Amino acid sequence: MDVLLDIFGSANFWAAALRIATPLIFGVLGALICERAGVLNLGIEGIFVAGAMAGWLAVYLGTGLWGGVLVAALAGAMFGLLHAFLTVILGLSQHVSGIGITLLATSVSYFTYRTALPSVTSPPRIAAFQPVNIPGLSDLPFIGPALFQQTALTWLALFFVALVAFVLYRTPLGLAIRAVGDNPASVEAQGLSVRGLRIGAVVAGSALMALGGAFLTMSAFDAFFFGMVNGRGWICIALVVFASWQPGKALLGALLFGAFDAFQIRLQAEIGQIVPGQVFLMLPYLLSILALVLVARKADYPRALLQPWTKGQRH
Amino acid sequence: MTNPIPLLSLSGITKRFGALIANDSISLDLHKGEILALLGENGAGKTTLMNVLFGHYVQDEGSVSVLGTDGNMLTLSPGSPGAALGAGIGMVHQHFTLAENLSGLDNIRLGTEPLLSLGQRKAAQDKIARIITESGLEVDLDRRVDSLTVGEKQRIEILKALYRDARVLILDEPTAVLTPQETEGLFTILRRLAANGLGVIFISHKLGEVLSVSHRILVLRAGRKAGELKTQDADRRAIADLMVGKAVAEIIRAPGTSGSSVVKFDKVSLGKAGERQSLRNVSLELRRGEVVALAGVSGNGQSGIAALISGLATPDSGTFTLFDTPITRASPRDLVQRGVARMPEDRQHDGVVGTMSVADNIAIEEVRSPGFSKFGLLDRKAMRVRAETAIADYDVRCPGPDAEARLLSGGNVQKLILARVLEREPKIILANQPTRGLDIGAQSEVHRRILAARDRGAAVLVISEDLDELFTLADRFLVIHAGEVIDAGPSEGLDRGTIGLLMAGQSQNRESIAS
Amino acid sequence: MTIRLEPRQAAPLGLRLAVSLASGLVALLIVAIPVMAAGRNPFDAYVLMAQGAFGSMFALSETLNRATPLILTGLAAAIAFRARLWNIGAEGQLYMGALAAVLVGSGFLQLPGPLMIPAIMIAGFVAGGLMMVVPTLLKQRFGADEVVITLLLNFVVILFVQMLIEGPLKDPLAMGWPQSVPLLAEAKFDKLIPRLRMHWGLVIGLVSALLLWFMVRKTVLGFEVKAVGENKAAARFVGIPVNATMLKVALLSGGLAGLAGVSEVAGVKGYLSADLSPGFGYSGIVVAMLAGLSPIGAVLAAIFIAAVFVGADSMSRATGISSYIADLVVALSLLSVLIGSFFLRFRFVTSNRQVEA
Repeated sequence: MDVLLDIFGSANFWAAALRIATPLIFGVLGALICERAGVLNLGIEGIFVAGAMAGWLAVYLGTGLWGGVLVAALAGAMFGLLHAFLTVILGLSQHVSGIGITLLATSVSYFTYRTALPSVTSPPRIAAFQPVNIPGLSDLPFIGPALFQQTALTWLALFFVALVAFVLYRTPLGLAIRAVGDNPASVEAQGLSVRGLRIGAVVAGSALMALGGAFLTMSAFDAFFFGMVNGRGWICIALVVFASWQPGKALLGALLFGAFDAFQIRLQAEIGQIVPGQVFLMLPYLLSILALVLVARKADYPRALLQPWTKGQRH
Repeated sequence: MTNPIPLLSLSGITKRFGALIANDSISLDLHKGEILALLGENGAGKTTLMNVLFGHYVQDEGSVSVLGTDGNMLTLSPGSPGAALGAGIGMVHQHFTLAENLSGLDNIRLGTEPLLSLGQRKAAQDKIARIITESGLEVDLDRRVDSLTVGEKQRIEILKALYRDARVLILDEPTAVLTPQETEGLFTILRRLAANGLGVIFISHKLGEVLSVSHRILVLRAGRKAGELKTQDADRRAIADLMVGKAVAEIIRAPGTSGSSVVKFDKVSLGKAGERQSLRNVSLELRRGEVVALAGVSGNGQSGIAALISGLATPDSGTFTLFDTPITRASPRDLVQRGVARMPEDRQHDGVVGTMSVADNIAIEEVRSPGFSKFGLLDRKAMRVRAETAIADYDVRCPGPDAEARLLSGGNVQKLILARVLEREPKIILANQPTRGLDIGAQSEVHRRILAARDRGAAVLVISEDLDELFTLADRFLVIHAGEVIDAGPSEGLDRGTIGLLMAGQSQNRESIAS
Repeated sequence: MTIRLEPRQAAPLGLRLAVSLASGLVALLIVAIPVMAAGRNPFDAYVLMAQGAFGSMFALSETLNRATPLILTGLAAAIAFRARLWNIGAEGQLYMGALAAVLVGSGFLQLPGPLMIPAIMIAGFVAGGLMMVVPTLLKQRFGADEVVITLLLNFVVILFVQMLIEGPLKDPLAMGWPQSVPLLAEAKFDKLIPRLRMHWGLVIGLVSALLLWFMVRKTVLGFEVKAVGENKAAARFVGIPVNATMLKVALLSGGLAGLAGVSEVAGVKGYLSADLSPGFGYSGIVVAMLAGLSPIGAVLAAIFIAAVFVGADSMSRATGISSYIADLVVALSLLSVLIGSFFLRFRFVTSNRQVEA
């Protein structure tokens, strides 16, 4: 139909798809790293909020954009460290700890924001990341505006896809991470520390997750709203399964999802008179559920994921 | 042959777990080029001692020292597998420590290169190729480990140790998962490695194998060193006595009188070829008053047969009949009600709910029956009475019927399961690895119960990797290989060698019931 | 002298109670820090909170009112978690229950007066229950994790409710934010005490807690749920119908959450709006964990959490400290009780034996 051509033929659409995908790329990469090492991190939703708030507030208080990115990553790492302590060192339930972290990170963020900015009618704004102009590429017809007018954080996300893939598949560290998520005994028998690897993975993964949140307040928008994360963290947990815990597929999954979400927004603009807006808004969540259901059976789950483990334990 | 300065020396090792003294002041020396067998029954403390040596456990007393490059003995820091590996000690664990999602090459390289470096794949491949040629351990390094056979996985484990320049190689019960022929192959490789100067410690509870491959034997019993002798001087009877400490009444199996057929598999197939559980056109029969052995290397389809008789699966093709009724629905409860008693292979995983009480675990299969519940309400008093009688009759050592089942030792868990399933005088019994991990005393008890049930007219199928156990119990042998079952006939006419060949897949003119 | 960690053989009831109590206290103590960071005296804040929650008949009634849905969502989480069924979708199940109550109770269906309340309760229970049965079925058929699915469904349900409230269920007489047509008078819960807001929903919550306690301790179903939750493989092996049991748990859990929705609509607001629940579903998880998954404990834990919210609201109005402090206390309570469970599993043992280097 003409409607479809209108949507897919607009460079704006592809730019939006990439923009919507960016926080998901960070989130899926972060979740992937944690789960590859054997730890489910349901704190992701709260860590998104924390990254969004901490990064934004840092910029608002004058640290500059990259300072804000660093602060966001640190906030994520901190909550990740807490989750790692509870699950890896104390061996407590990964599900409950993750939910606790989400509740904690969210409430800390909301409380801090409200306390720092008590009486505001509309949320204050910062000077957010602007699209980066790449000489030559950004000016290409159609492809230029579609793909090459993204902010620095999007490029950072793409960089991390490559970096995580490289480390995971081409370095001894990545090998150890992949091994510890399959059989911690294999790692211990080779003289490595299961705890050290898992804690490191969870902290690193959580820092990445927080960058997903930071993108929302420092690039996609320029202010912090309550409820702005709106389930993106959970969607990432579903997409990790869909991506089979591989960075390349994670990028693909995030992009597909971003395209779908951008599509749904534009479709609403076209036929929003007939179909209520909420139907369109439901679609991303339903799509995530569908994706999860379709791949779950065959998914190559890291074998040690969610399995309790103590030092010296075998089989 | 023996060098005055040992390669490895354990001195006064003591290890306690709460009140249990697992190792009591044990000392041993290992010399270059020597194969030392560490022999003892289940629970004697062999694995604990090796775990202390390798650094998985920290000893309460005593020290481990290794011969250094300068000719002096260096004490090893306790509790660190890294330190043990660095000192040249390698260990092949009883349950393999491999990452199944990675290749053999990756598993060998794991932990050998600094984490924050790029790694050297080519150099590793070259070194491993050399080791393979020298040792004879042929295996494909690039396939994912989960696609390798058990024997191949074991080779990767040995290569792991050799790659790290091990001077001492510990093998914990390596032959449990091998056919007799594969075991010979392993021994050939071990002799070769020892001849090149490697010191080998070989843990086993199988006397015959130990006599065949070791230079020296050290016997452990109840955590203490019971005796040490050169293999060439060793006398089977004397060693067995050292292992057990007192004469254990041998079980004499009276000849069985087999009755009517109660279980029948008719051309049963299950699963896809190559899977652990898969079965191809299996036909077999179990008769009343008869113990049938199912011999085979683990992973050849025994778990498929167990799953069918347990009610956890139904055949993809062919029929499985119980008392002339075909079973078409996978329902453990249904089979229990028809009189099938099942002892699971993995007691802790499938046999008991650890956090529920002993009484609950004994009643668990019959909780819905009128004896233990009315209108959906539990009759706890009845459950308690049942538990108290069961604990007394089957000598289940526990703090009481309300104690949590996870507090019980392996042997007592098995007795709990026997109490659970034998009380109703079942007509069919599936005993899956019934004495795995149990000491000799508990083993005898279990064997006695099984034979008593047979004498009462039950049909028994025993699945076991322990050929000695099967020869003790069985009237008739079935052998399974790659999902196919061969009837080897009455046990009178059979010996280990024949069974071993069948386990490895060589037919030898036997009737193969795979019509 | 060395100190070791050793697994406990059993955790006595007294210790479990102590852990739960301590968790709540620790959480309250920790928030003294953000209160001070906001420039206030924590002691004053605590006093104001206590007064706001318990300081008068009105306050007490508000606290119990707030506790009512929390008892039900707490029970929902408790029964599910006992079976290791991770129901994080109580929020959505609550809204579905509320929706069913409105569909049945606002006049579309012609029912005799006395039947109205049982009808909306059954409808709400079934609606909430089905909302949990579906993800459980998806897990059983397709192996898809119920945690993520129930979480995502929360968002879907709230959007669905918004859609209906702005569309076919819209109350044409209401001004301001969209809300549904109101319940008929016969479908509403009466107040327990005149002029106070407590309503019969509280009784439903208490009765549900008793029934659940009975089910867990005394029935075959409770026995089977325990076995399935503690060791699914063994439960399957011994013949317990694992899938059927899980579905029963799902229906029960979702149904209880659905009743929470019915209770809020029929007892408090009288109609359905998108802001019916400020996170009762999620707080229910904290209630369940604080209670150690005990049905009776859930009542006490729900009152505690309710007191925190009501007290914080009141304190916030008086001092200007953000009422998000309550969410902080709730989150910290969850983490504290989780850490506390560690001490229920292990204990410190001192020994006088020398360890040779």
